[in-house]
Amino acid sequence: MSTTTEAPDTAAAAAAPAKPKLKTSAMIASFADPGQKTSSAPFGHALVKAAQENDKIVGLTADLGKYTDMHIFAKAFPERFFQMGMAEQLLFGAAAGLAETGLVPFASTYSVFAARRAYDFLCLDAAEPNLNVNIVGGLPGLTTGYGPSHQATEDMAIFRGMPNLTIVDPCDSIDIEQAVPQLAASDGPTYLRLLRGNVPTVLDEYDYTFELGKAKVLRGGNDVVFISSGLMTMRALQAAKALAAHNVDVAVVHTPTIKPFDAETILAEINTDRLAVTLENHSVVGGLFETVASAVVTAGVGKRVVPVALPDQFLDAGALPTLHDRYGLAVDRIVAKVLAELG
Amino acid sequence: MTVTNHTNTEQVMATNTVQDRPTAAGALEDGAARGTVTQERIAKISAAAFRIRHHALNMGEVQGQGYVGQALGAADMLATVYGDQLRFRAEDPHWEARDRFLLSTGHYAIGHYAALAEAGIVPVEELETYGSDDSRLPMSGMSTYTPGMEISGGSLGHGLTIAVGMALGLRYQGSNARVFNFLSDGELDEGSTWEAAMGAHHHQLGNLTAMVDINALQADGKTDTVLRTEPVTEKWESFGWYTQRVDGNEVGALLAAFDNAAAQAAAVGRPSVILCDTKVGRGVPLLENREKAHFMRIEEDEWQTCREQLTAGYEGKASA
Repeated sequence: MSTTTEAPDTAAAAAAPAKPKLKTSAMIASFADPGQKTSSAPFGHALVKAAQENDKIVGLTADLGKYTDMHIFAKAFPERFFQMGMAEQLLFGAAAGLAETGLVPFASTYSVFAARRAYDFLCLDAAEPNLNVNIVGGLPGLTTGYGPSHQATEDMAIFRGMPNLTIVDPCDSIDIEQAVPQLAASDGPTYLRLLRGNVPTVLDEYDYTFELGKAKVLRGGNDVVFISSGLMTMRALQAAKALAAHNVDVAVVHTPTIKPFDAETILAEINTDRLAVTLENHSVVGGLFETVASAVVTAGVGKRVVPVALPDQFLDAGALPTLHDRYGLAVDRIVAKVLAELG
Repeated sequence: MTVTNHTNTEQVMATNTVQDRPTAAGALEDGAARGTVTQERIAKISAAAFRIRHHALNMGEVQGQGYVGQALGAADMLATVYGDQLRFRAEDPHWEARDRFLLSTGHYAIGHYAALAEAGIVPVEELETYGSDDSRLPMSGMSTYTPGMEISGGSLGHGLTIAVGMALGLRYQGSNARVFNFLSDGELDEGSTWEAAMGAHHHQLGNLTAMVDINALQADGKTDTVLRTEPVTEKWESFGWYTQRVDGNEVGALLAAFDNAAAQAAAVGRPSVILCDTKVGRGVPLLENREKAHFMRIEEDEWQTCREQLTAGYEGKASA
């Protein structure tokens, strides 16, 4: 019998428990569920299609073409694409200048840089003269695990106060494909909360078309009404299905245009006996919840509204599923919240 | 005449030059011989600068305050660009083929309105409404208020970024119109100005000319005590611009510099900057010698003295 064939440290390693696999997050992690139907770079392809029909459309970016799907447009129309470098003030000042000459610019960067860093340029150079400047902001809300430097949790709060600006928070690839030509066709400045990469395709299962400025009822329900925007409409639909198993009948109203807000449709849906819940991929301050609350109070409707939104704090870094669960955007958390509200 | 040419050894890619642009009903219609600084050109622009200063004093008096010092300092620059360089149609301020003049420094609007009146775009009699309720001539220049005002300046550091976009857009659409951006030296504090300076060079915007009023004064005091921007010439050169520095109150020097810039102008080429050293209150000794202030105080009984000094100085120079 030999005891010398096994080195002591190897034996120790073999005896140690397996190292648990860590959850990690990429900068631009997809929020699509495993196996979910997706569409690749819907914004880039939609912009190319719109540009084929409108020769005034130009594209520009601040060193984030590949990460905002603008590279699709740049490849299709190299002479209509302008790389502005990592200079967001220049990006949006120049976009305004391009619009001043009659062109229709789509300018992309991350939402944090558009909203926080370049606000003054968008406000005075694009919004005040009401120019057709289209802001395309990647990583809106909590769609990256990179922490507060990249998580645009308050972008809508920042932008809602800007006069003339249209704000669109799309749910999926269908919304983006249909919104892009409408944004190009609308006169003033717009802000699109971009979903990029492999974007879920959800709304094709419903009788739905995107109309700028309109909210749409995706499904009816007698007990609860969800008012949702952005990717949270996808979660709202999933939560509604899950709640059906608890005998809770949930309506879902998708309101992709945050400003100007379709208060008429929303008030008609809210002013019922149903539990009203807003769902947004944004801080509870200054986004969809407060937009709805403002419409409700202004109309004199005495109605409680329950927000599903990100907390008013700087969020953690981490993997997206971890963070969506931690901050209440995950389907299970929505279901639990609704059941708790219903008692 | 003092023109310092800081010509880099780098060759300008002068394709598609803008020398042979169609004649417009603008400044050059009288056939001014660009390229030769004649006494006639100097006299014409000096007279225009005198009238701009006179208008500015009148506007300042109605308002009782204002950026009169800056208007007087920049009058020669404004007279040169509007009277000798820009292509425009006074009766059609939105004429598509016009050259664009972008006033970054919104507070210089008082001088710009005077130049617009001199150019026939704004009626002279409207100038007295400057800064009044419902006037088309607000204290800080805004594109939505005033014909001929291309952008809403005022938040400094915006103009050159917009100018980059305009120059790109005009070139892309095949226009040979040029873009001029008026900046101040205080505006060189803004990082966005340098983002735009890089962008203009990167995109080879030979159709873009910046003119910087270096009066060495900003809101909190002298520029070199607020934030040292010098060496300004070297900065622009190192950013790849065709750089000239001139006495911005000497019309002959300004004309020569603008001629040089025009000769450089091209759809694809190097952007041009004309750095203009000026004196706040220029042309009115009472104000030239007053303690320099961003917002110059002028007493009610001093306006007439200012006008008399301006006229005496101009007539003395004209007859000299």
